[in-house]
Amino acid sequence: MIEVKNLVKRFGGKAAVNDISFTVHDGEVLGFLGPNGAGKTTTMNMLTGYLSSTSGSITISGYDILAQPELAKSKIGYLPEKPPLYPDMTVEEYLDFIYELKGCTLKRYDHIKEICELVGIEHVYGRVIKHLSKGYQQRVGLAQALVGNPEVLILDEPTVGLDPRQIIEIRNLIRRLGEKHTVIFSTHILSEVQAVCERILVINDGKIVADDTPDSLSVKLYGDNRLTVRVAGPADGVYRAMRALDGVKKCELLGIKEKGSVDINVESAAGADMRIPIFRVCAENGWPLLGIKNTELDLEDIFMKLTGPEEDIPAQAQKKVRRLKSRGSASGGTLDDVSEGTKAAKRAAKAERAKKKK
Amino acid sequence: MGAVYKKELRGYFSSPIGFVFIAVVFFLSGVFFLSSNILAGTADMRGFFSQYQEIVIFVIPMLTMRTWSDEKRNKTDQALLTAPVGLTRITLGKFFAALTVYGIAASVTVVYALTLATAADVDGLVVASNVFGMMLVGAAMVAVGMFISNLTESQVVAAVLTFAVALVTVLMESVALVIPVEWIANAVLALSVFSRYNDFSVGMFNFSDVLYYISIAVIFTFLTVRSLEKRRWK
Repeated sequence: MIEVKNLVKRFGGKAAVNDISFTVHDGEVLGFLGPNGAGKTTTMNMLTGYLSSTSGSITISGYDILAQPELAKSKIGYLPEKPPLYPDMTVEEYLDFIYELKGCTLKRYDHIKEICELVGIEHVYGRVIKHLSKGYQQRVGLAQALVGNPEVLILDEPTVGLDPRQIIEIRNLIRRLGEKHTVIFSTHILSEVQAVCERILVINDGKIVADDTPDSLSVKLYGDNRLTVRVAGPADGVYRAMRALDGVKKCELLGIKEKGSVDINVESAAGADMRIPIFRVCAENGWPLLGIKNTELDLEDIFMKLTGPEEDIPAQAQKKVRRLKSRGSASGGTLDDVSEGTKAAKRAAKAERAKKKK
Repeated sequence: MGAVYKKELRGYFSSPIGFVFIAVVFFLSGVFFLSSNILAGTADMRGFFSQYQEIVIFVIPMLTMRTWSDEKRNKTDQALLTAPVGLTRITLGKFFAALTVYGIAASVTVVYALTLATAADVDGLVVASNVFGMMLVGAAMVAVGMFISNLTESQVVAAVLTFAVALVTVLMESVALVIPVEWIANAVLALSVFSRYNDFSVGMFNFSDVLYYISIAVIFTFLTVRSLEKRRWK
């Protein structure tokens, strides 16, 4: 169990972590989500005793990290953002060193073999670390954290810099580790948290802005009713029509993404299904409906919602309409004509170039 | 401590540094041995040791420059500092590993003494006190070098600074000689690591000298631990 109370860390005058408190129970997988510079790494460095806090307390399995650092540290396996690997060592030498450094008492050969199998590095066991790919280095870093079978695993952006397949492998691994360990891991990728964690802690500017399960967080933020609609019609007309629909709370123009159409974000009150009304209004106006899909939650939106100032989205959208319109009228054509005209010209030029190359 | 010691020792010999260090020391000592004993035709090793010692001190930065700076640059210090091991034990592990390599290099003088002993009478006490003194000076310089290495992320900066410190300590003795005011001269002399070595070089074990070198080693090892600690608090 990890208990963090009123944790503060100042670098000079700037508070990198500003009074955060949370508790992680045994066997929980906690996702630490935040943009770069939010204080994730600083918090993790404090949890592992690499940095000391300016004030506040951290208790790991009952041991205070500052008062009983060696006992507390023996409960933690830490994978920092950059895995702490010695490039000139082989994987074997490195894990042996970590084993001895941690004063591990488990059976050495069996224990290291088990870890290597778990993270999938047994076939690079004899190779020098600097010759391994980034993905394998990351896994060796993870293996290092697992040596000594610590109760708590703290992983700082474990999937950064990996290719998509490796990311999925590491995620699966974290999920499996979550069965036996308490895991805290940080990321700035939202889908990662959704895929792996039971609980998510959003941190921004050194403060916790949300602490919830991924599902209820997305429900809370959006009421689960955000649709992206693509309609072949005039931007301002479509926007006005959508705004006028019963049950629509917010509309946002996303601009033109396909020729002759416009994309609009429609947000409705919780529980209201807007798909049929949207279809009807499009049909009435004779605008072909090209697509409707649920808008996926992205991190940017979360932060806008959780941390940003309250924004008047309709007003913003109005501005966007005006901007699009004025661009169109300035060139003497309609909105669609202009943008489509230039796009089509570009496409044609590109196709010609490609032909010439052949 | 054992884990760090083993890792460091392996580090010296899995990279060229340990070998280059030993080779340089062997070469320089060979040159001095040739000129001050073989060519001069004497079994008196005092001249050899006093020359040898002054040069060896300039090679020590090679041993200490990367002890901490490399860890910081590679971020491997995160593994060391988050392991359930005290900072003192980690620092001592590194210290003794560097001292071991230094000791291997310095032990070649014993080989010279034995070689010489086959043909002439060698003063065993001079050899013993010099080897002992050399280890003490080495310990002091290694501790200073490691402290400097802990202050920077760059090996080169660490090496140059440690070299400068070695140079100053060697020059202090000559500086002290030209200072007319006695107490200033004495103060400067106290900083000179070498003025303390003279007794060893002639075969004398002086307790205050032993204490002097051990104190330097302890103080700088302590400072290294403190500066590691301080970095966590900044």
